[in-house]
Amino acid sequence: MKKIITAKEAAALVKDGMSVMFGGFTGCGAALDVIEAMDSSEVKDIHAIINDSALLNGADGSEHYAWARLIHSGKMTEYIGSHLGTNPEASQLWAEGKLKVTLVPQGSLAEMIRAGGCGLGGVLTPTGVGTIVEDSPLVYQKMELNGKDYLLMKPLRADVAIISACKADKAGNLWYKGTTKNFNTLMAMAADTVIAEVEELVEVGEIEPENVATSGILVDYLVIRGTK
Amino acid sequence: MDRALIKDYIARRVARELHDGDVVNLGIGIPTLVPKYLPEGVSVILQTENGIVGVGKLTDENRDALHVTDAAGQPAAVMAGGCFVDSATSFGLIRGGHVDACILGGLEVDAQGSLSNWIIPGKRMPGMGGAMDLLVGTKNVIVAMEHTARGNPKIVEKCSLPYTAVNCVSTIITEMGVMKITKDGIVLTEINPEFTVEQVQAATAAKLLISPDLKNID
Repeated sequence: MKKIITAKEAAALVKDGMSVMFGGFTGCGAALDVIEAMDSSEVKDIHAIINDSALLNGADGSEHYAWARLIHSGKMTEYIGSHLGTNPEASQLWAEGKLKVTLVPQGSLAEMIRAGGCGLGGVLTPTGVGTIVEDSPLVYQKMELNGKDYLLMKPLRADVAIISACKADKAGNLWYKGTTKNFNTLMAMAADTVIAEVEELVEVGEIEPENVATSGILVDYLVIRGTK
Repeated sequence: MDRALIKDYIARRVARELHDGDVVNLGIGIPTLVPKYLPEGVSVILQTENGIVGVGKLTDENRDALHVTDAAGQPAAVMAGGCFVDSATSFGLIRGGHVDACILGGLEVDAQGSLSNWIIPGKRMPGMGGAMDLLVGTKNVIVAMEHTARGNPKIVEKCSLPYTAVNCVSTIITEMGVMKITKDGIVLTEINPEFTVEQVQAATAAKLLISPDLKNID
């Protein structure tokens, strides 16, 4: 049986200055309880890897949805991702020098995380060629192969991945509904410690093996949403 | 032309660029108006960056804001026959050439078919999201935008803002006309009959080549 902890205990696994991947897309598929517990904890200086800056008004009616609250509280000090447009507060903090931002194209971000999780040395892509992405600290080099220009992007890994799924079985296998897979399945492969917040815990076998999108072997801790 | 009509005029013309069965990604703004103008007999499969292949009609019954959203985080739905994929697969579809067309807005487009639409340094810095991937990976890139911004040309010889991608645009559609990017430059192929060729050129900061088959947008 996979180890089940509270959101507060999960938040305590994140230490000052750690790199943390957050699964989710504009907060859809985010580990809402763990993020809230992190925001209430003493942890600071979070170096986040996340697709975007989440929303100011979330699906649950909250004002700073998902990791938007970590941006708002200033706990997030570094951000690697692709888009800050859905929550302008992040751009504002960037402009004020309070949030260090490194932007990469979304498809490259997904592949860089995948590469980090799959033992690949980098991602070779034409995306970003001829743009200011060429100067990014996340680019190893620009190279020409077969007459075509590419950027060799660095793989990404993190100390902790905080992901979310709809169901987990007691072996930690995860099932995702709708568009909640997004970066969750990729990040589950790419961090030293993986915490999965789920809406529901079911018996082994209730998620058919064919429908498991994240294998339980990748998950270190489960948090059941709504339990204290 | 009447400003209130511009966006729909552009969207209506863009819709005729699409083919039945095309897999299409729509940017924000004017592109989102395109589906309602699809000609009879043309239906497309809309794809979103966050993992919907086949966007469906959102209803009170299927609304599930916590689990199904579009790339802007707003509630969305999947069509019958559609599916959900993760972000690597979603961008594998985009970068691997499996998306037939993307329609997006622009701040500047230049004579080389390069587009700037993701950042105004020091002013507006939302990030590129999936735009760079879409421009590089999609076969048919259609820029749908107003011809000028507060009277200033948006179609230029060379972009002054940071590029989103270079040499990527196939077609520009504005309220003034339809322009194709070719190796020789920008070719005006269709014109809004409310304007003359001279007026279109005057609103454009790049030399326009005029197609010998120039037609009116009907």
